[in-house]
Amino acid sequence: MKMLLIVVSCIGLALSIIPAVLVFLGKIDMQTNTTLMGIGMLLWFGTSPFWINNKTDNDNAPDR
Amino acid sequence: MSQQTQNANQVVNEYEREPVPKSAQKGWRSFLGMYAGEHTAGTEFVIGPLFVAHGVGALDFFAGLILGNILAVLSWGLMTAPIATAKRMTLYYQLERICGYKMVSIYNVVNALMFCFLAGSMIAVSATAVGIPFNLTMPTLNTWLPTSVGWVLAVLVIGFVTTLVAINGYNQVARFANVAAPWMILIFIAAALAILPELGVTRFSEFWTVANDVIWTGIPLEGVSKFSFWHVLFFAWFCNMAMHIGMSDLTILRYAKSRKYGFLSFSGMFIGHFIAWISSGILYAAFLQSSNFSSEFAPGPIAYGAAGIAGAVCVVIAGWSTANPTIYRAGLALQGVFPKLKTWKVTAWVGAVTSLAACFPALVMKLLDFVALYGLILMPMGAVIFADFYLSPKFGITQEMALNRKLSFSNATFFTWLITLGICLGLNIGLGIDIFFLGLPGWFIAVFTFLVLSKVLYPSRKEALI
Repeated sequence: MKMLLIVVSCIGLALSIIPAVLVFLGKIDMQTNTTLMGIGMLLWFGTSPFWINNKTDNDNAPDR
Repeated sequence: MSQQTQNANQVVNEYEREPVPKSAQKGWRSFLGMYAGEHTAGTEFVIGPLFVAHGVGALDFFAGLILGNILAVLSWGLMTAPIATAKRMTLYYQLERICGYKMVSIYNVVNALMFCFLAGSMIAVSATAVGIPFNLTMPTLNTWLPTSVGWVLAVLVIGFVTTLVAINGYNQVARFANVAAPWMILIFIAAALAILPELGVTRFSEFWTVANDVIWTGIPLEGVSKFSFWHVLFFAWFCNMAMHIGMSDLTILRYAKSRKYGFLSFSGMFIGHFIAWISSGILYAAFLQSSNFSSEFAPGPIAYGAAGIAGAVCVVIAGWSTANPTIYRAGLALQGVFPKLKTWKVTAWVGAVTSLAACFPALVMKLLDFVALYGLILMPMGAVIFADFYLSPKFGITQEMALNRKLSFSNATFFTWLITLGICLGLNIGLGIDIFFLGLPGWFIAVFTFLVLSKVLYPSRKEALI
């Protein structure tokens, strides 16, 4: 389940940056870009809170 | 305060008056993420465009940023982190041991006031995005006073919500900021990348020409002063002066497992203070082109134009996630001065002052000057900590004077602060030296004054007998 959340989060991040690269390359228009970035935002904020802080918490565990 | 927060507070030990034990020290990943997140904030949406408005040339901009950021990282790594990991105490407790608790109270009030203004500017930045659907009249570069009743209402509502969250659930906000940081960084980059074709860049090889001719042209906007390479270098180095050579980050870095973690500030400097400033500068240049050099200065609509709803949300989150911990920190600083007042009441008052300040767009338009002033005012206390740690033993001065001599108010520290700021003011008014350049001479003046005053006012017992 956690792996699925991480994959969806990564798709969200990808949708936040890749459409902008495609606009720069002249492959898609600005309207499509902003729509895809909006979807990417929803995917990221919908999934990342469930796993992202756990990683930092583990890193902060005392040395044994 | 919610039950959840109360429970959390009961189990969390903040080590406010003791060194952080080994078991509570944190790994490098925390610091890498914390620096990247903390320095990719709402202010970045304002600072990048202001450099464009002040007519910085492209070469001056890039060279100044690279060198200034390297100097900032070195300041954290070589000055703040070694003291933080040797002492492992908060800034406030370390200062109290050197200057006495009454002196720290004065520092706390000044610090809290600065925090209020900083948080206020962030609330104003958020308001420019929240105001988009309501078609609010946006401020211009020369606007100092509230633009409309709608603006005031938007600011007060955001201020109220921010304060409410700061009172109720700071931990959750900190966790949310961790979530938002990687996304915000990508939105900064994506928005700039998508807008580049509008400026005439369709291949990377064309970037440098457009950067010189359209973005960082070297010509300031009408009514705005001209900035040079030196302005960029010193601003990049000293915009966080309060945190590195001002030693505020002792409180953060005392948790570091290694002194080397101070160098991890490079993540914040080269993502937030490099990529984000470049990106927001590009966005503003595109806005200037499309609006025929309008004097409107509103990060919300600018980001919305380049990245749609994600851009506007990014501005709101960037502003809010900076304002929130800042209000919380200001509340804590004042709580130290008024320990009998409940934390939520202090935070509520801080929120009220912050919201009132946020009504004035001058805080946004003059952000570069304010950030420089904020660092300059707090810097002398960092210089005192540095001198106490490294130099006092060499000059026969008692370390941690207030603790060892049972002082509640160190005159040496107080007059060091006053004299340093007095001389800096004199250099500014008398010689016309810009505020951005005062931090460096000010630091040396503070160290020298502290050593001389400590030697004269508090001679060692052996010297006093002679």
